[in-house]
Amino acid sequence: MARSVTTQQKAINTALAWAVGLLIFFPILWTILTSFKTEGQAISDPPVFLFFDWTLENYRVVQERSNYTNFLWNSIFISVGSTLLGLLVAIPAAWSMAFTPSKRTKDILMWMLSTKMLPAVGVLYPIYIGAAKMGLLDSRTALVIVIMLINLPIIIWMLYTYFREIPGEILEAARMDGASLKEEIVYILTPMAVPGIASTLLLNIILAWNEAFWTINLTVTKAAPLTAFIASYSSPEGLFYAKLSAASTMAIAPILIMGWFSQKQLVRGLTFGAVK
Amino acid sequence: MTMTVRALLGATALCSAAALANAETLTIATVNNGDMIRMQGLDDDFTEKTGIELEWVTLEENVLRQRVTTDISTNGGAFDIMTIGMYETPIWGANGWLVPLDDLSDEYDADDILPAMAGGLSHDGTLYAAPFYGESSMIMYRTDLMEKAGLEMPDAPTWEFIREAAAAMTDRDADINGICLRGKAGWGEGGAFITAMGNSFGAQWFDMDWNATFDGEAWANTLNFYKGMMDESGPAGYATNGFNENLSLFQQGKCGMWIDATVAASFVTNANESEVADSVGFALAPDNGLGKRSNWLWAWALAIPAGSQKQDAAKQFIEWATSKDYIELVAENEGWANVPPGARTSLYENPNYMEVPFAQMTLDSILSADPLDSTVNESPYVGVQFAAIPEFAGIATEVSQEFSAAYAGQQTVEEALEKAQAITNDAMEAAGYR
Repeated sequence: MARSVTTQQKAINTALAWAVGLLIFFPILWTILTSFKTEGQAISDPPVFLFFDWTLENYRVVQERSNYTNFLWNSIFISVGSTLLGLLVAIPAAWSMAFTPSKRTKDILMWMLSTKMLPAVGVLYPIYIGAAKMGLLDSRTALVIVIMLINLPIIIWMLYTYFREIPGEILEAARMDGASLKEEIVYILTPMAVPGIASTLLLNIILAWNEAFWTINLTVTKAAPLTAFIASYSSPEGLFYAKLSAASTMAIAPILIMGWFSQKQLVRGLTFGAVK
Repeated sequence: MTMTVRALLGATALCSAAALANAETLTIATVNNGDMIRMQGLDDDFTEKTGIELEWVTLEENVLRQRVTTDISTNGGAFDIMTIGMYETPIWGANGWLVPLDDLSDEYDADDILPAMAGGLSHDGTLYAAPFYGESSMIMYRTDLMEKAGLEMPDAPTWEFIREAAAAMTDRDADINGICLRGKAGWGEGGAFITAMGNSFGAQWFDMDWNATFDGEAWANTLNFYKGMMDESGPAGYATNGFNENLSLFQQGKCGMWIDATVAASFVTNANESEVADSVGFALAPDNGLGKRSNWLWAWALAIPAGSQKQDAAKQFIEWATSKDYIELVAENEGWANVPPGARTSLYENPNYMEVPFAQMTLDSILSADPLDSTVNESPYVGVQFAAIPEFAGIATEVSQEFSAAYAGQQTVEEALEKAQAITNDAMEAAGYR
């Protein structure tokens, strides 16, 4: 009896999870479907769901009009570059705050987080002028640095929270067994920290990939990533919904695939600290 | 001999390579719409003629506006040519941010630019941006529904007629709304429409001392008339409808009338996109017998930022893109209905173009809008659906949000006007006008 209740509960939970999952995924699914419609079908009322004349015309037009590969390469370079640079700065910072905290550590962490509360447009002009004066407008270098700085508080916070989970008793046990500091870091701490670093890396690549304000404002043509590619297909005067959907699908496809293959690490990254 | 030929060939190849390496490249910021995309498809013609390469940055209108404003106000130098509108041009020209276009070649024939367009794109009589295409607004209506309602659309109707016709054409069971108008918040969306409509009711944004005038009778009449008519005959959720939403409704046969940009005429009469392509008529935007109609005037124009290092090449491009020859090029490749309208007088003297069903009404609409004299009573600003001062975009966006909230029934028209008055006066005081 108890078993049947559990099975029933499981079925309900599964159904609920699927329902929520589909609800969240629906906008993406709709974008993908719209990308295969004509502009007329894209705006039809009532909307058509699956039964329409599927066409690849929008993808052809987008490919013809834009150099997708160039945008894609810039997105990869900027998101991976800014995340790796961020990790380089954040790992030692989070490490020291987690394992040798001072009485000001909490304040520093809060201060870092508070920088995320400033609207980006508030610092647009100083950063734009700075980039222009240094000849870094429309360069991937400028975007790697700016996006790294924007995401740095999040990277440090994530790593700090993860490092704090590593029990101090393990380190004590290693010391009792005669491990040196170097051995402690290489053989004990690093293997335990790698999953946390991996999930931080993945989440920040996604954040950097989706960053639209700076990537549009600091680029022109050479360093423009996929966010600028999407922006070029939006229009308040003229119907470009199907083409915009095709461009959006092409822009999110790589990160969607990456997310699919790394979902375990992502879920771990999103939920660590939630349940011990 | 062979050696000499080889040497010569080698030298020629080197020179070509060097020329290619030194070929100038212009970076152009432009807006995403059909005409601009068409130009990008034809830009090989310019490169073949001049050897100048082009790089395009195409952005949605509002993103483009923010992007180019940031660049030009910081002298960033990211763009050699910017696509800007009638709102920005006189302000930026006055600031010295744009290169004057007062030395265009004789072949270009700058006098051929429609006077209304040249006036709106100048400051102190100097042209600062060349119009790529111009537009006004007009009524697009369903001839079959009008006939069914037993009415005939005059060439220059009044608002009262439009309200009656809208009510007569509305058939809620058949999902037909008598009239579709912009209600969406935003100074370039619903804000532009209600400002132009207000002109025909005797309303204006500012009196001669830069005081807001939303506490006057003219604005109350405008908003009450708009809301009354739209509640009666407009589509559900009209408070959030902009150009695209209304275009979509009209193309699907769900609007009896639509008053909007003249460029929409080519969309609604295109049989590939519109279900009602063969039953669309055109008329001038309505008036109230006060001497001003409710149509606006706009141009997307090409300008050179003062910070550009390639001003000569940029001028060459502007001359090509806004020339009579370019219009011929588009007509040859895409047909006369797709040439950029509203910029040159000669286009409206061309019999081929005048066969396009909406050509004459577009011209009449453009000619009936005067940015230098847009209001019934005297006003201190230039512009039909906007006031060409830097503060306007911010103020009008806020005001149009209040108006949209009134259309949606979240507040009364009186409340919206009270707030508009306070918002505008506060901002103008802070900016030092009052």
